[in-house]
Amino acid sequence: MTTLQPDQATALGLTRVGTHGFDPETLDGTLVSDPALRPPLVLGNRDFHSVTNTICGWVENPTPKWWMPAFAVASGIAGLGTVMIVFLIITGVGVWGLMNPVMWSWDITNFVWWVGIGHAGTLISAILCLLKQKWRTSINRFAEAMTIFAVICAGTFPGIHVGRVWMAWMLFPIPNANWIWPNFRSPLLWDVFAVGTYFTVSLLFWYMGMIPDLATLRDRAINRMGVKVRLGPLGLPGLGFLDRITNRIELPLNTIAAYAYGFLSVGWRFSARHWNNYEKAYLMLAGISTPLVLSVHSVVSFDFAVSIVPGWHTTIFPPYFVAGAIFSGFAMVLTLLIPARALYPGMKDFVTARTVENMCKIITVTGSMVGFAYMMEFFIAWYGGNTFEIQAFVRRAFGPYWWAYWIMVTCNVVSPQVFWFKWARTNIPFIFLISIVVNIGMWFERYVILTTLSGDYMTSSWGYFSPTYVDIFTFIGSLGIFLTLFLLFCRFLPMLALSEVKNVMPQANPHWSGYDKGHGSHGSHAKHGGGH
Amino acid sequence: MAHDHGSRHGSDSGGPLWGVMAEFHDPAALSRAAEHVKQAGFSKWDVYSPFPVHGMDEAMGLKPSKVTMVMAFMCIAGFASAWLMQWWMGEVDYPIAVAGKPLFAWEQATPILFELSVLFSAFGALFGMLMLNLLPRWNHPLFGKPRFLRVSDDRFVMAIESNDPKFDEGSVRRMFESLGGTHIDRVEEGA
Repeated sequence: MTTLQPDQATALGLTRVGTHGFDPETLDGTLVSDPALRPPLVLGNRDFHSVTNTICGWVENPTPKWWMPAFAVASGIAGLGTVMIVFLIITGVGVWGLMNPVMWSWDITNFVWWVGIGHAGTLISAILCLLKQKWRTSINRFAEAMTIFAVICAGTFPGIHVGRVWMAWMLFPIPNANWIWPNFRSPLLWDVFAVGTYFTVSLLFWYMGMIPDLATLRDRAINRMGVKVRLGPLGLPGLGFLDRITNRIELPLNTIAAYAYGFLSVGWRFSARHWNNYEKAYLMLAGISTPLVLSVHSVVSFDFAVSIVPGWHTTIFPPYFVAGAIFSGFAMVLTLLIPARALYPGMKDFVTARTVENMCKIITVTGSMVGFAYMMEFFIAWYGGNTFEIQAFVRRAFGPYWWAYWIMVTCNVVSPQVFWFKWARTNIPFIFLISIVVNIGMWFERYVILTTLSGDYMTSSWGYFSPTYVDIFTFIGSLGIFLTLFLLFCRFLPMLALSEVKNVMPQANPHWSGYDKGHGSHGSHAKHGGGH
Repeated sequence: MAHDHGSRHGSDSGGPLWGVMAEFHDPAALSRAAEHVKQAGFSKWDVYSPFPVHGMDEAMGLKPSKVTMVMAFMCIAGFASAWLMQWWMGEVDYPIAVAGKPLFAWEQATPILFELSVLFSAFGALFGMLMLNLLPRWNHPLFGKPRFLRVSDDRFVMAIESNDPKFDEGSVRRMFESLGGTHIDRVEEGA
């Protein structure tokens, strides 16, 4: 071997980090600016066993102290949202602030916002997979889970805004007593297929990636099968007497875990003949998901662009919606990842400062793309010379909803520009703040588009929409549903893609011979051999 | 997964011999061993690793996966069913004129043609992969070996089945030893 393999460079970089330790210049050592030196993807001089222990430990160790209160709050908010939805169903859509001419509002705003957030997962897992961006392995599982939960929240809104919720099944081409079929020429029906396909494919992709990791959890649970778990004190104020009972209760949780993970992992046994099919299927799935992720928000934008409403009937909508979707999705991944990174011990070794920095760069790129789209919309309105089009855009920026427009511009176009500066991309609390600002900005982008309805051709049908408390609490409730699902994911499923993380470690390369030419691997073997 | 503890932890379950397994301490040793076993002309054998080892397909002489064929078939099936559905429902079974648009045209059918092609292909990818791997299969003689369960963590294992025409327990054991295999063990069926 005369040429230096990429993973050898990684290994050398890792050695440097190991010797120098924490370097304030490069934060955790991964922010090296020398392009010849590939920063390590996994820190802490870990071997495969410590990677397994850390990532499985998040699932297997006792529930962290913060989890129960967080889950109680999230599910409480989700419950509030559910009450609002039930209230809507038993009363009618009149409980929302919908009026003539704004007959679509927060429901569609929320739908488009949530679907957009869902885009980051598939982007990270599919597009970055095809582009061989290895840093994605530490965040893809996380982002895919987020995608699925965001699409669940998104799907709720069209389901409940149809008015007669019990007729929602007529969205699908199911034979019915009236002998009618849906209208395939309507973008609203394309939307059903696009979002339905996106949800299903994301779920399949997520599940397929998780099969080997579920098998790891299965094998570890089998080794613990004889051990019963004591329920222990509940610690509820005023109910101390219950603790004497719960202290004595022993649950066969390890056996349940072994069977549950065993069932889900379909008997995966890590065979190379199986990996051969698996890797090809995964790559192909990434390949077909790439056009899919670009198509979904394009089709969502057709809901607007195919109509003849001024301000909506534009060809820029599909690319502009997709850029905005990736933008908001990455922001939401950061919003969830930064607290998780701080709360779960050892996660910083996988989700390195450089991974976070890379995500900030994508946010700046996509934020600038949406900023460019906002400019082009105005330019085309002026250049096209259509009075109604010009009026719609002037009204958007200076009309009754001027405040929403300028919140959108500040949050989406101005705020991500701070990531041009390295101190901003490496300051974790500051990144967290910006990620929330971007989420708010993207919600307002969807809202601004919707409020275009408040003033179209006829001045006689101009109006001003204001949300009711039901609108507001349904939206907040959807955030609760999202967080509840996410907390359950963190508790019960492998948060990081174990086999993929192991595969990007330098030790995984068959040509790797240890950090110090061969002795390292023997040393680590001796350490491994002693176990069990 | 084994159901009773006794057979999982005992090394002699008394069942007929399924094969012989050995551990190798890193991906490099596993690749070298795979290369050797392929050269020696074995056919019923496999290696097990916590992640797909780079270059293992060549070392084992595996052919490219057929899962692409399953996906291609499913993609065509998805496209065809989307075409038939939109044409038959919109033009034949329930024609209704809306906004002067044609009852069926490929332009308006494109989004759903694309989505269903992708949807069917994705099912083809997951279920095709499982089908080609003969999964789900929740029991396997190897699961009877407690050491085998550590493949999902950090071990690299090779196993040769006893129904391989070239299988001979003594010579397979000697070959594993010469290749640097450790913890060479018999694997019985019916665990």
